[in-house]
Parts: sequence; structure tokens; C-alpha cells
Amino acid sequence: MDQIETESASEPILSIRNLSHHFPIGRKIRRAQLHAVDDINLDLYQGEIVALVGESGSGKSTLARLLARVYRPTSGEILFEGRNIARIRSRRDLLSYRSKIPLIFQDPFSSLNPVHSVGHGLLRTLKLHRPELSREERRDTAIATLESVGLSPASEVLNCYPYELSGGQRQRIGFAQAISCNPRLILADEPVSMLDVSVRIGLLNLMTDLRNSGISMLYITHDIASARYVADRLVVMYAGNIVETGPTESVLGNPTHPYTRLLLSAVPDPMVAIKATAGDIGDPPRVIDPGEGCRFRWRCPLAMEICSVVTPPLLPVSEGHAAACHVTVRSVSENL
Amino acid sequence: MILEVNDLCVDYVSPQGTARAVDTVNFSLDAGEFLSIVGESGCGKSTLLFSIAQLLSPPAELVGGSVIFKGENLVTLDKNSLRAVRWRDLSVVMQSAMNALNPVLTIRAQFVDVMHAHGQKDDEESDKRFAEVLRLVGIDAVHLRSYAHQLSGGMRQRVMIAMALLLSPDLIIMDEPTSALDVVAQRSLMVQIKELQEKLGFAVIFVTHDISLVSNFSDKLIVMYAGSVVEDGPTREIFEHPSHPYTQGLLSAFPSIRGPKVRLKGIPGSPPSLTQLPAGCPFHPRCAYAMESCSTVRPPVTPVGDVKVRCLLFENAEVHVGSD
Repeated sequence: MDQIETESASEPILSIRNLSHHFPIGRKIRRAQLHAVDDINLDLYQGEIVALVGESGSGKSTLARLLARVYRPTSGEILFEGRNIARIRSRRDLLSYRSKIPLIFQDPFSSLNPVHSVGHGLLRTLKLHRPELSREERRDTAIATLESVGLSPASEVLNCYPYELSGGQRQRIGFAQAISCNPRLILADEPVSMLDVSVRIGLLNLMTDLRNSGISMLYITHDIASARYVADRLVVMYAGNIVETGPTESVLGNPTHPYTRLLLSAVPDPMVAIKATAGDIGDPPRVIDPGEGCRFRWRCPLAMEICSVVTPPLLPVSEGHAAACHVTVRSVSENL
Repeated sequence: MILEVNDLCVDYVSPQGTARAVDTVNFSLDAGEFLSIVGESGCGKSTLLFSIAQLLSPPAELVGGSVIFKGENLVTLDKNSLRAVRWRDLSVVMQSAMNALNPVLTIRAQFVDVMHAHGQKDDEESDKRFAEVLRLVGIDAVHLRSYAHQLSGGMRQRVMIAMALLLSPDLIIMDEPTSALDVVAQRSLMVQIKELQEKLGFAVIFVTHDISLVSNFSDKLIVMYAGSVVEDGPTREIFEHPSHPYTQGLLSAFPSIRGPKVRLKGIPGSPPSLTQLPAGCPFHPRCAYAMESCSTVRPPVTPVGDVKVRCLLFENAEVHVGSD
């Protein structure tokens, strides 16, 4: 496996191996495949936050849904504790998998049922995933969980309806539901993008606190600044491929793929004047039957002939840091 | 001066009570100026825009104040005169271009609509004009025959801006035009808006929730909280010396991709509901500097250098005069 993971000798919680997901589009005459996720390798370890960064349409949410087993992969496999999750057949095993790898949604305004109280959803989650608990234990666990995500007084929040809560509080309920079942890895799909800026930081801090208590997280976002704020590792996706991956500071300090560089230069910074550069205005990447070659080549200022012929593999840049580019990682690749 | 807003008040009337979404707002705008209005959701910034363009519909109600645009009070203007002013002198770019463009008409047909509404004929001249405004925003004229669904999000937003430019207005009002775009498309759109503004000389009112986005583009900045303007002044000055505790909190709530990594605090609590505003300063329950009087006295507008601030901290004057 050319994936480089050096930081932990322990077993990964989730291993993603050559994972692809293609959506069939069109009718019989013009059938095509939309390559939403293509040939992804990634390991997720205990106690780390991995940020998955990319523009809309880059396949990051599709990847989260594959991991939550909402979609089934076209090819490749996802190993949870060494077991391929596509092979999970029984309802009990699937429930247990979903309680270990819960998913938090982007929109806290539509992901909570408006006609049920907060307690209803939370207690039901516990009843479903932890049947060993008695009624009183469920209630105690629910209260303890709400306190731990910063919602107090918890016994009152339990009886609240979603409309009584602000966006930030609702998203904390999402986190409470996820952590009530002692998960190993939380899939958080843009958990703060719908929230007001003044409450975002509070949730990001909650995420780091949860990480410090041993829960891993896959943080999906298009906001690279918040990714830097919470994440230990950064994975940059473009058009269904991973184009760069590595420890956060290493990727931000030495961005190697031209797309990562473009992304970083576009982050608004009040202290630095903004310049437009070539590659800003580009067609969206072709993900319908893309064929061989680098998918960034139409927007890339450094593109060469080889870029339209050979898909660049992920090659090491420094320890734990890899990028998929023929031009910028070239010197390294020639040595291999 | 092209626009002057005086003591503008807008209420939302509902059985649960009246919510004041815009509370005695005052500001003015010179020709060719770029004004940004920043605030969180529910702070009344979009309502303020709608009341300037006279686009409010029930349950929103303009209950006081005036909007003087090029010498005319838009609030008292009748429907037909308003119709003539809109788009010719003042145009609006809405938040989501997906919903603002008609999905069953070509871009050209929608441009023609604008021309017809202002009594202009659809002839070769107008075709030239259509191609010209599209070129201004960097879109090929072939897209006049396209439908909205054939364009990407960024292109749709550009088409909206092109449409706003059709009749060369003096003022363009933009309601979060970049919120649906990713950072790369967002930056190129901002740069383009700024270039067009410098070239064509129109004034812009730009509403956003992302304060870091406008720092490089706007001349004047208005920060809104719970319906009122809490800080108002030259953009650079506010960025360098934020006075109001809310502005300070907003500016420190953004993690940076440069410099050392520090744990940020954000602003505790959440924005108040407009139907149950706290007494006194609406920000006092979340404010680190709150004093006793903050919960009873509504702070008046106090000048601090070139900046106007609504905060009791600055009431006793010159001591705090910040910059330099």
C-alpha cells in the first residue's frame, strides 16, 4: 500500500482501501459514470481528528456516507476493526457498527424531529443502541451526556423541543446523541457551517475536548482555517481523489499540490491583501467518466503533458505527508 | 451623498408579539463608496437591505424613518415611481442565485425582461449591451442562450451581477452574494466586484456574516447586533481598533491559517430572539465588560474618533479615543 501512515503503530479504527463510489447517470443511450469518490486509501486512528477538506462536489460527503454505510461502495473496502463493513448482514451488527461510528449532520435545523422533545431522541438512541441499560440508567446517561456537551441544566434541556433551542445548542444535541453510545469515531459532516460565527468556536472547542477524551473524528469541511484549528491530520480532496494528506502543520507549512496552494491562498485573511490568481476561474472538474490524468490539470498553472495522460499517485513529500502531483513531487518520484 | 438612511425602524408583527428587526438605523453613503454590513443571522441585516430597496412584505412593516436616495424619499414614493427607480438607479443581487434566476427562461429572456420593464426595446443595441455586461463579469456571450441549470453556482451569481449592471445603476445592493460559493470562487467574485466598482463607479452595499471577507474591499463597515448598529465607521479603523465588545468578539472568533495556534473563546451564549430582547444593551448578557447600568440603559451612539459606537464603555468620552 503506498499510503504512508507512520504516526501510530496501533491498529487503525477504520481502514479505507482503494475505495470508489460511482453514480450511474443518463439513460440507456448515453450512459455514464459520475466518479464521486475514486480509489481512496486512508487510515483513521484512535484519538485523532482528521479533517477532510475540499470544495463542494469534491466527494467528501459521499465518503462520509460510504463510511456510515448509507451508500455501498462500487469497489474497494472499508475495514472496521479488521472486518469489511460491506459484509455486515444482521441488523444487530449494523446497529452496533452505527453506534461505534455515528454520523453528525450539517443542518441542525432539519436533522432534529420538531415534534419530539430532545429527551425523546436521546433516550430512544440509548434504548436502541444500549439495551442493557434500565430506564433510570438511560435517563442518567442522557443527563450526563448533555452536561458533557455543555448543555445545562440538562434535566430541563431534556424536555425542550428543538424550536426552543438555538442552532449551536441543536448541534450540541447532535454531538450528545453521537457520544451517548460510546463511539470510537464520529463522522462530522460540516457540523459548524450552518452556525453563526460567534458560536462556531464553542463547538470546535467541544470537538477538541472529545478528541482529548479519546474519541476520533473525521471532520468534513470546506473551511481550512477551522480544519487547522481542530485537526491533527489534513486530507485534501479534489474531484473524488485525495490530492494531499499529512499532519496539519506540515501540509499548511509546505503545501505541495497546486490545488492545496490555491485553496490556502483563497482563505480570507483580514491582515493580508487579496489577489486574484490564474486558476481562480475554472470549469468545475470533470468527474463524469474522467479517464486517466490529473483532474486538476484544467485549472493548474503548472500542468504538463504527462498530467493529461497519467493519473498522479500519492507520493511522500516528508514524513507522513504525501501529495499527488507530477510536477511538484517530481524530484521525489524520480528517486523511487 | 447618494443614500441617506435616517432613524429607520422595521417591525415584524406576529401574534407572539412585535419584533423590531431594524432599530433606529442611521447611515449615509457617498457615490462610489463600498459599504459592508456585517452581523449574525437574525440581526436584521437582510431586513435592513429589503427596507432600503422597499421590498418588505408582511409581516414586516416599516414603522418609521426615511430612506433618501438621490434626493427622493423612497419610503413615501408611490409604486410606479419606485418601479422606475428600481434597477435603473438601484439594483439588488439576491443571496441565492439558484432561486433568483428563472429556471424555465434563458438568461437572455430574463435580460430582455429588465429592458422591457424600463421601456427599452429589444433590438441589436440591447444584444450588444447584454454581451457587454456578461463580458464585464467574465462570462462568454454564448451563455445568453443558456438556462440557469447549465451554469455553475459561481457563474449564476455572476449572471445576477451582470443583470444588476444592465442599466448602469448608481447603487447595487448585494445580500451575501458569495455565501453559496467555495472559498476559491468566493475570492474571484469579490475581486471582480471590486474591479467593476472601481471601473464603473457605482456604490455598493454588501451584506455578509463573514467579517474577514470584506476587510480588504469595503470603505465603510457597519456591525449589527439584534437589530441595531453597534459600530459604524471606516473599515480599516474598525479592523485595527475594534471598539464594541461584540465587534472584538467577532474578530477574534475566526481561527487563522497563519501564525501560532491559540485556543479561541468565541462569544459565550447565543444571539437573542428579537421578540425577547434583553433590557438595556441587547449584548449585555454575553458581554465580558458588562456593567450594572448595561442591563437598564440602552446605550446611545457615542463617537470614538471616526467610529460611532453604541456602548456605555465609551460614554464618558475622550479617554478611550482609540486609534494611532
